[in-house]
Amino acid sequence: MDLQSSETLQITCEEDLVRVRQATRARAVLLGLSLVNLTKIVTAASELARNTLTFGGGGTAIVATVHNGDRPGLRLIFEDHGPGITDIELAMKDGYTGGKGLGLGLGGSKRLVNEFEISSRVGEGTRVSITRWK
Amino acid sequence: MERIPILRMGDVLLVSIQVDMHDRLAQTLQEELAERVVKDRARGVLIDISVLEIVDSFIGRLLGRIASISRILDAETVIVGMQPAVSITLVELGISLDGVRTALNVERGMELLASSISLRTQE
Repeated sequence: MDLQSSETLQITCEEDLVRVRQATRARAVLLGLSLVNLTKIVTAASELARNTLTFGGGGTAIVATVHNGDRPGLRLIFEDHGPGITDIELAMKDGYTGGKGLGLGLGGSKRLVNEFEISSRVGEGTRVSITRWK
Repeated sequence: MERIPILRMGDVLLVSIQVDMHDRLAQTLQEELAERVVKDRARGVLIDISVLEIVDSFIGRLLGRIASISRILDAETVIVGMQPAVSITLVELGISLDGVRTALNVERGMELLASSISLRTQE
């Protein structure tokens, strides 16, 4: 699987969340995702970008077109160098909050995509990768 | 500063969310609506989200807070015009918009508000 084309966006302020949503949407349209799948991945992007900003203290989002054989997909990778997550299993539960807000972000986002990977090290940061196939 | 216009029609305040809201703009809307409900003695708040392409947990919570604040200030809130794809996504995300009344479109929303306002006036 190769990252055929991608762009990297900085997440340092609220306006960047809008830019991540717009970049995700533009690429989803380009890939020809259905309206429901487009809505799901843009919503997941919004949740995860907000986590990067709020809990991770800012970071980056990579928006990429990927292929699994003939099947194209949209992959987003969110990375921060924040405090990290102590208990990922707990953080994935609905209603969990790591600080401000009501949580929902991680568990809810996972349900909106086909693939969801998270890795985190306390004191080093968090990386979340999501993929929605066409 | 960027703002979302709030219109008044009789006892009802009308808001149409047309932009991809960043968080600060959402906060401003919540505060301005609370002030206008009191200042205009509004009995209802109608929020049209028909052009919103997504409703994430932040916007979902905002709509819930607006409904709660309005209720405390003696006004009913109805959210109208949600796109089908948005409703599917919201449910999968785990947001049920408890305590927020919804209607299919502006017309139905106004009917709903008119009947609940007249019911309350009769009491």
